[in-house]
Amino acid sequence: MKPVYVDNNATSRVAPEVLEEMLPYFTERYGNPSSMHSFGGTVAREIKTAREKVASLIGASPSEILFTSCGTESDNTAIRAALVSNPDRKHIITSRVEHPAIKNLFENLAKTGFRVTFVPVDSNGLLDLEYLYENLDDDTAIVSLMWANNETGVIFPVEEIAQTVKERGIVFHTDAVQAVGKVPVDMNKVSADMLSLSGHKLHAPKGVGALYIRKGTKFSPFLIGGHQENGRRAGTENVTSIIGLGKASEMALYNLNEVEIRIKKLRDKLEDSLIKTVPNTMINGDKDKRLPNTTSIGFEFVEGEAILLMMNELDICASSGSACTSGSLEPSHVLRAMGVPFTAAHGSIRFSLSIYNTEKEIDFIIENIPPIIKKLRELSPFWEQTKG
Amino acid sequence: MWEYTDKVKDHFLNPRNVGVIDNPDGVGEVGSLACGDALKLYFKLDENGRIKDAKFQTFGCASAIASSSALTEMIMGRTLEEVSNITNDDIASYLGELPKEKMHCSVMGRDALEKAIAFYRGEKEKKVEGEIVCECFGVTDVEIKRAVTENNLLTVEDVTDFVKAGGGCGKCHEKIQEILDQVHGDIKPVKNKAAKLTNIQKIKLIEETLEREIKPALKKDGGNIELIDVDGNIVLVELRGTCASCSKSQITLKNYVETKLRELVSPDLIVEEVHQ
Repeated sequence: MKPVYVDNNATSRVAPEVLEEMLPYFTERYGNPSSMHSFGGTVAREIKTAREKVASLIGASPSEILFTSCGTESDNTAIRAALVSNPDRKHIITSRVEHPAIKNLFENLAKTGFRVTFVPVDSNGLLDLEYLYENLDDDTAIVSLMWANNETGVIFPVEEIAQTVKERGIVFHTDAVQAVGKVPVDMNKVSADMLSLSGHKLHAPKGVGALYIRKGTKFSPFLIGGHQENGRRAGTENVTSIIGLGKASEMALYNLNEVEIRIKKLRDKLEDSLIKTVPNTMINGDKDKRLPNTTSIGFEFVEGEAILLMMNELDICASSGSACTSGSLEPSHVLRAMGVPFTAAHGSIRFSLSIYNTEKEIDFIIENIPPIIKKLRELSPFWEQTKG
Repeated sequence: MWEYTDKVKDHFLNPRNVGVIDNPDGVGEVGSLACGDALKLYFKLDENGRIKDAKFQTFGCASAIASSSALTEMIMGRTLEEVSNITNDDIASYLGELPKEKMHCSVMGRDALEKAIAFYRGEKEKKVEGEIVCECFGVTDVEIKRAVTENNLLTVEDVTDFVKAGGGCGKCHEKIQEILDQVHGDIKPVKNKAAKLTNIQKIKLIEETLEREIKPALKKDGGNIELIDVDGNIVLVELRGTCASCSKSQITLKNYVETKLRELVSPDLIVEEVHQ
């Protein structure tokens, strides 16, 4: 039996159609898109088509799409570009719940002399907009905020934020790695200057991402070298993966409706059933302003790694916000920023679905999680105290 | 994903001796919900002083549960004298091995056992010994020193793996490094300050160190200390507050006050307690 995979915010399977489109570029179509001969030149044309497909997924024009190696590279490129383009500004803003690609980059910049504002979130994971706007000033070089949170799925109002930040003449970047392919992303409506996305979260392979750079945005390349990507990102193109990202983007646009209706329904069923059947259980994050595929559930008085390993015995794949899984000793910075009590933070499990999940799989999870939690609670010295 | 041995997996998936013993002879509880793991260990002795039953309850990850389960198997049928020598390394070895990052789970087992034995012997709950170094996880310098010595730890990361200290905000990494240097003898103190110090300078420096370093630490536990006299290299002090009645006061005096004064004033100082 194949595993029940509900860890799609970590990575997703490459769609069979995507793989099929990629294969010829590993074998007979191995030309370098920069070559003068038509053997390479036709590959360049396929990259152009892929760029168009990525652009149409997010309502951009193809010239605004830069291919990168991953979401993290897109993030780093965007932030560095903004800082280089605004050398007099030494203040940068982000939130307390970002992915490490932004969080650690900003912490790193703080050590090199930048003033960093980390905007807090409330207990539902929603951003403190007032705090954000109060902290915008003439020294602010960039505001970078995620579109959707990888752990809880909570969505930030980027359309409104982008508008306000832009009105103040400040560069706005959004890490939309978890949003693209799960909710509509339209750069005609959202006035962000830059946006990061990643291939392997939307059924393209690992090792490819893209950075959207709005026309007219000051830019400075991160990788220096050849003239590839219009001189904005040196290095021979990862042709096969770019072709894959193109195909995956085309499919993501087509499948968006299914994610928003069928997958959301499955997610809701999973979450509602677990909350109902397992006592002392809570949802982390705002129930409405949330990705349709993600739920983070806190099971009180048990520890996440233990839950995951028992699930692993049944071949159910998910993630945990607990400390022990990552090798760090503290539970996830996202859950802590939200003030999720320790009783639940250590026992929080993230389920993230994709179009490849079936109702049968969800029923299997619903049937098997409650006994796992029950068994672990019977071991826990705190569970008894609660009952008593 | 962690590489757990089959024995760890077995003890995690089929934990032995889970539960509570009513009216236990020994019970020891360590850890907390906030820390992410906790263990409550119980034992009952037979008429010959051997452990006839041991049970545990654990909140934590797979290796915490496995370590607890293994510990109950290890102590069953043995006397307290025998089991009091069990080290965290023994627990890890019993399970084959534990990932380095998970060694603190075995330390938790050892600590719970020590507490349970102390409970049986009617010893008072140990006061927190030493000075808190890691505020995130409430780990003292004494605990860190012990882990460093017993397990021959060499880096701050090692210390975090074994006793969690330094695993939170990271502010204490420098202090942990200092402890490592001290234990491994790499310390480069300002040598023999006393040799150049006049008596008056020495007394002043001792006073300052007590005020600045030692009193604040003792006050955290409701204790205090007064300098009575300095006779050559002998520093006469009186313990006050909770320290005065604490059964561990001699340890506080030698392990903490004396170490601190030797480190900061002069390496040949001897601290003695007087009762006025």
